[in-house]
Amino acid sequence: MAENKRIDAPTGTQTVGHEWDGIEELDTPMPRWWVLTFWACIIWALGYVVLFPAIPMLNGATQGLWNWSSRGQFEQELKAETLRRAPIANALAAITVEQLAGNEKLYQAAIEGGRAAFKVHCVQCHGSGAAGSKGYPNLNDDDWLWGGDLAAIHYTLTNGVRQPDHEATRFSQMPAFAGVLANGEIDAVTTFVRSLSSLENASAKSAAGATIFAANCASCHGVDGKGIREFGAPNLTDGIWLYGGDKANLTTTVNKARYGVMPRWDNRLDPVTIKMLAAYVHSLGGGEAGPAPAATPAPDPVKVAPNVQP
Amino acid sequence: MSSPDDLTGPKQALYQARKGIYPKAVDGFYRRLKWGIMAVTLAIYYITPWIRWDRGAYAPDQAVLVDLANRRFYMFQIEIWPHEFYYVVGLLVMAGIGLFLLTSAVGRAWCGYSCPQTVWTDLFQHVERFIDGDRNAQMRLEKAAWGPQKAAKRLGKWSVWLFIAFWTGGAWIMYFADAPTLVRDFWSGNAAPVAYATVGILTATTFIFGGFMREQVCIYMCPWPRIQTAMMDEKSLLVTYKDWRGEERGSLKAAQADPAAFGDCIDCNQCVAVCPTGIDIREGPQIGCITCALCIDACDKVMAQIGKPRGLIDYCTLDDADVEKAGGTGKTALKTLLHPRTLIYFGIWVAIGLAMLFTLGQRTRLDLAVQPDRNPVYVRLSDGSIRNNYTLKIRNMETRPRIVDVYVEGLPGAVVWTPEGDRAFAKTNINFAVAPDAVHKVRLFIAAPAKGEERTEFRITTRARTGDERGDSDTVVFERPANEENEEVDE
Repeated sequence: MAENKRIDAPTGTQTVGHEWDGIEELDTPMPRWWVLTFWACIIWALGYVVLFPAIPMLNGATQGLWNWSSRGQFEQELKAETLRRAPIANALAAITVEQLAGNEKLYQAAIEGGRAAFKVHCVQCHGSGAAGSKGYPNLNDDDWLWGGDLAAIHYTLTNGVRQPDHEATRFSQMPAFAGVLANGEIDAVTTFVRSLSSLENASAKSAAGATIFAANCASCHGVDGKGIREFGAPNLTDGIWLYGGDKANLTTTVNKARYGVMPRWDNRLDPVTIKMLAAYVHSLGGGEAGPAPAATPAPDPVKVAPNVQP
Repeated sequence: MSSPDDLTGPKQALYQARKGIYPKAVDGFYRRLKWGIMAVTLAIYYITPWIRWDRGAYAPDQAVLVDLANRRFYMFQIEIWPHEFYYVVGLLVMAGIGLFLLTSAVGRAWCGYSCPQTVWTDLFQHVERFIDGDRNAQMRLEKAAWGPQKAAKRLGKWSVWLFIAFWTGGAWIMYFADAPTLVRDFWSGNAAPVAYATVGILTATTFIFGGFMREQVCIYMCPWPRIQTAMMDEKSLLVTYKDWRGEERGSLKAAQADPAAFGDCIDCNQCVAVCPTGIDIREGPQIGCITCALCIDACDKVMAQIGKPRGLIDYCTLDDADVEKAGGTGKTALKTLLHPRTLIYFGIWVAIGLAMLFTLGQRTRLDLAVQPDRNPVYVRLSDGSIRNNYTLKIRNMETRPRIVDVYVEGLPGAVVWTPEGDRAFAKTNINFAVAPDAVHKVRLFIAAPAKGEERTEFRITTRARTGDERGDSDTVVFERPANEENEEVDE
């Protein structure tokens, strides 16, 4: 093959010596600038090997003179990001959670911060969409055991629910009625409770249950069954059941009682993160208005006339 | 087995230094055409960012602006948002088809006349002639030893090149920000680092490519010459040396002595001297030829001097070359240009252009995009009704603030409110004040009775109070708990 190398007459260029069905290839010389560029790349690569981690060794790669590492860069970026967020964190630290309502920008920042923190600390029980599950409240709905305004949510987050050795924690305890009430009585009272939210129609059994309810349950759940937030006693007349509203679950609840707990976060998270979480949970759709807003924010055209017909 | 000596074959260097090319100045029809096109293209490039265009108080007043920071593209009357990028795609497709059209009709006219590499190289060569003199003077200077005069000339030439290169890079960044502001910021050191970097890179590439690389870019770097060979056919115009008329070539003296033995080519080498890529067109069509047609001008001048008809080197198709070889005359220019391939390309090109114009005329400047919450898909409220959450993006693409109404249609008993609002006062519609030229992102809560289909399709419609009466709407799904769960409720 190689002996076929020859100079191609029209171009004056040498061929590579191969021939396929009469087709030959020219061995056109590279332009010199291409070679120079190639050498420049090699020199650049040498510099790179000296300055950056490059050669794999037994216990990791060579360090490089600049001591660069992706982890180091990440830490730098993290530091810069923390610094960037410092004004927001400082502003949040300076105000109470109720004052957030007057500061739209800070409020939005808090909600976004809370969204991130929720994914780390809260999803284990409440789920990634905050929809909860049996025994773990859905935070999207408008039913709150201990109150759903910003301050109440913030308090629950700070102090937890039924935390031992913590004075300020949300605390109440439903008695277990197994043994206190006869099985028939429990059957009657669950029937009555189900009738409160129209899960069952009124009947003689539910009427009997009403009497038992008034004697044993009304002190916490209210005479009308609408619950009392001071005790975290749930509203039994609405459509939301933390432990299930069917007969079997209700019977278990009355027999054995429930004792749901939530950690207090004041000894795990910083105050700013707790405020952010409160803002986020409040924003999920069921948040209640505070008792009396301290200052009225400037009227917003959207809020002033939210439902104007054209 | 062959011996090692056989494997090396004839000796040839692996690498080759660039051979200096000193194109001679020439005048003629195509040279003037090139001047004209150079003036127009450079003027468009340098002046466009400075044209003002009044768009009111809420939008920039620069006629052509690629506002990367705010993700807007302004071109005179037209404003393009990122989601309308298909208009840019359409323009690029048109540019591509336009190049196909140009190539199949007139060969590498793009390379010869309007490619930036050609235009700037041409400009740089003009500067070179102005400072160093024409071809012969340039060659003498190149060979001359370094002395004060050569150093001064080189320094002068490179300075002017750098100056042009800098303005080239400087004009580029003007397309991406308000030009007058950017100029002020640039010189006061307040412009973005990327502006300085861009100017630096473009200055360097213009200086190197226009001053030193020149034809090397066309021959070795550019993919276009390779692509073009697939697009040209026997009906494409090429710069052609009409060998059937020119050969045998010989000196004027020899030709006058024996006219019958020689063709029209007097081997004066003027076509080679003026060629900016340094090729000899008489060797036939080749990849180094950018069809700038300067050799046509040079040859025509010589033909006029020796009293022969013009066009020994001329634009000619391969078909016409065969006809002319046989003694006939080629097609007229119009007939050459109009053949099926060019007509089809032109048809596609026009169709895309018209389709884009039509959609531009039809587009609304109000757009709605609805994204339902997927986690949770629904929320049961304490009164037993069901709530779904949606994130709305309302794009007000007009440069004025507008009030936009949002309606929920086809979902019985539905009410709508926002996180700021209150369900107690909720109705089936809601409105928002949307800032000019902005996206209003808002979360919408929609509650409806629990009784109903598991998945109900309904429409969320948006209409502006002023302009875009058609509005925009999205069909979305309202999710409810599975039916067996609902059946808990006794009738």
